Amino acid sequence: MTDSRPIHSVVLVKQVPDTHNVTGDVMTKDGTMNRNALPAIFNPEDLNALEMALEIKDRFGGTVTVITMGPPKAANILRESLFRGADKVILLTDRKFAGADTLATSVVLQKAVQKLGQFDLVLCGRQAIDGDTAQVGPQTAEKLGIPQITYAESIIDIADGKITAQRALDSGSEIVRCTLPCLLTVVGSANTPRPASVRRQMARKLSATPNEYAALRTQWPEFETDEQLEAYLVANDLKIAVWTADDIGATEGSIGLAGSPTQVHKINFVVLESTESKTISPTPEAIAAMVAELVHEYIVG
Amino acid sequence: MSENFFLDNPDLQFRLEQLDLREVLEFKEKGYSEAAVYPGAPRNYPDAKDNYRIVLGVMGEICGEIVAPRAAEADDEGAHFSDGVVTYAAATQDAIDAFRQAELFGAMLPREFGGLNLPESVYSMLVEIVSRAESGLMTIYGLQEIADMIEEYASDEDKARVLPRMARGEASGAMILTEADAGSDLGAVATRATLDEATGKWHLNGVKRFITNGLADVSVVLARSEEGSTDARGLSMFLVEKDETVKIRRIEHKMGIKSSPTCEIQYNNTPATLIGKRRFGLMRYAMNLMNGARLAVAAQALGIAEAAYREADDYSKERIQFGKPIRVLPAVGRLLLSMKVDLEATRALLSETSRWVDLWKVYEKALNRGDAPDESAARARLKQAQTLAETMTPMVKYCSTEMGNRVCYQSMQVHGGVGYMHEFNIERLFRDVRITNIYEGTSQLQVVAAIGKLLNHSLDPLLADWAAASYPADMTAERAILGELTGVFQAAAVALKAQPERDRVDYYACDLVDCAVWLVNSWLLLRDTNLLESKKSVARAYIASIAPRLRASAEVVVGANPVPLEAIPVLLG
Repeated sequence: MTDSRPIHSVVLVKQVPDTHNVTGDVMTKDGTMNRNALPAIFNPEDLNALEMALEIKDRFGGTVTVITMGPPKAANILRESLFRGADKVILLTDRKFAGADTLATSVVLQKAVQKLGQFDLVLCGRQAIDGDTAQVGPQTAEKLGIPQITYAESIIDIADGKITAQRALDSGSEIVRCTLPCLLTVVGSANTPRPASVRRQMARKLSATPNEYAALRTQWPEFETDEQLEAYLVANDLKIAVWTADDIGATEGSIGLAGSPTQVHKINFVVLESTESKTISPTPEAIAAMVAELVHEYIVG
Repeated sequence: MSENFFLDNPDLQFRLEQLDLREVLEFKEKGYSEAAVYPGAPRNYPDAKDNYRIVLGVMGEICGEIVAPRAAEADDEGAHFSDGVVTYAAATQDAIDAFRQAELFGAMLPREFGGLNLPESVYSMLVEIVSRAESGLMTIYGLQEIADMIEEYASDEDKARVLPRMARGEASGAMILTEADAGSDLGAVATRATLDEATGKWHLNGVKRFITNGLADVSVVLARSEEGSTDARGLSMFLVEKDETVKIRRIEHKMGIKSSPTCEIQYNNTPATLIGKRRFGLMRYAMNLMNGARLAVAAQALGIAEAAYREADDYSKERIQFGKPIRVLPAVGRLLLSMKVDLEATRALLSETSRWVDLWKVYEKALNRGDAPDESAARARLKQAQTLAETMTPMVKYCSTEMGNRVCYQSMQVHGGVGYMHEFNIERLFRDVRITNIYEGTSQLQVVAAIGKLLNHSLDPLLADWAAASYPADMTAERAILGELTGVFQAAAVALKAQPERDRVDYYACDLVDCAVWLVNSWLLLRDTNLLESKKSVARAYIASIAPRLRASAEVVVGANPVPLEAIPVLLG
């Protein structure tokens, strides 16, 4: 007899520049990224984490709450989470959060998760495609004082207050068990994220933070004042909660730039320019020579 | 960038934007009163349009990202049959699962059954998108008029039992009409339905053939309920939920749409419930299904044509011959232009036809339920919409499926030899499109369905409206040509109607339907030039191409030359 009580999950997500589609004008000459040149997307492995949480909900019941720390525009990925099945979303936004490294970020996330109250699982993507550190998940688990399962690929079972999960390793996989609550970082091979549901999207498309009311009223002039719009959103559970540093009780020295011990030592700006092209004749010899050259240059192999 | 088959198609987006559904939605959304009851029901007209963009955008993304990349795999693997059990190809099953997760089933069903309450016009666009991605899959997603027909005519108990499951995509549907000896001639259906007078229950016995998606959980089956009858008046429609008495005997090995299982089904004393009234099986319910299915097949052919055009367009940029991309050669440019213009003309016709079908449906429902505000005005509007829907549905089925075949042929020509090879998508599209002008009534039957209406001048009010409308000043020449061609068409219709010999009317009917299609498409494209500058080139190119052909075909109709008819018995025996 296993205990199959509902599981309450919190998913930590991040809006990132779409670094998979970097084009020429994205990098500035001083080696920083021109964020406006890239579309902002849902960090891919965070979508896998959300999917895992939704699958857990489908299997065991419970709720899925999604939290992101970011600028006001990050509300877009919260809406996307709602369209895919999240029950509740929270935007952590405050100028005081700006400039945070992974440590300061995990402080904010820890405080936010604690403010939520009771939870069984915290899930996040293994790493974000902008910083690629894979530190925020583990640091948040440490700050929360809960165990962590990194590189989670599948949930085998949740029963009797314990979770059994499979981790993806370089050389294979391993199955681990730990007590709840715990934190999982999820890898891209875990699942295929479900598409947004049209019914949920139609029902939740007006979900907004107060910051977005003006834009929303331009699109929907039927709402003549912010108050009128807000009354509608509140009545239909569409107002996206926004928490600031004060709301979560984060002290200024521990968050944002001030709370970030990381120092950038040096930035290497690598310019990849194709100055010349080679034409390979379609003969077995020429192709073999090309392959040999690619292997020699460590491009393949 | 992610692939999205709605967002990458400006013409489809234009069609949605220009589609005026105000009148349809006033009825269909019951004055937008459902917003208070169902989350996501629109609050007003712009909200409804926005919802349609959402639905099409999600479908476009799933089709671009998940379905299309595995279309060749679905074709290669095909549907499976073993030990009486049919299963879909893996790619097909995954696509169905994605549609289910995205909650795209139940497209046209009312919200009380869990449906999306979409109009036919928007559903046609969904079907086009699915078909562009994988045309075999369309025969599984694009059968939603079955649920619609059940909603319209089945008993409340049947509806409550099957419709919510269909809306969730848990139960798929099949329309089970044809038999080995009853294809185009459905009046010859022999499957027997017998009523047990003691229990009041019906049972079916017989064999059905060429049943698309015959493994479905919920079927509507045409069967002979009146013992001793031999024609359409002895047929009724039944609802069957699959159980062990339903045996699938085999699936067909087809030329195309291989992911779609085409089944032979045997009923062995299978329990069934009557849909609607006895004896109305073919005349009312099957015709209702066929009308919806014809529109869906028109959308299917359009989607395949869109895919074929894009294959040709891409290939003609990459393929270098004589030191340049082949698309700059006039002979290739001619093929590409013909494809593009034909596609946009057909999409305009499908959109216009779907809107009249929507109007027909909403007025019929409103009058049946007695909730039309002004009954006599509603009756007049219903009659107009029904006449136009019944004229234009076979026209667009004929136009789009013939166009689809032509575009796939032209696309393969652009590819040259490689297009004949299995590795190229056009080879699959060429096979897939071939069924579209055969099933749900061959092109020849569409001509039969349209000609009676055309001879009764059913298009005249529409043509008069279009002739009276205003158009951009720089389209004056085209407008004058269309004025002339309208007269030419109407004179041909009068001449054919006056023709006393029935055989000659039947022989030349297809030429008159061609004229009607060209004329209506031309007016629709001219109308589009009021809304979009780029449509001017489309309208000019289309009208330039069809005007001489329309005059020639009208001459053929007016002449109604008996010589070919007389040659048939002489030459063919």
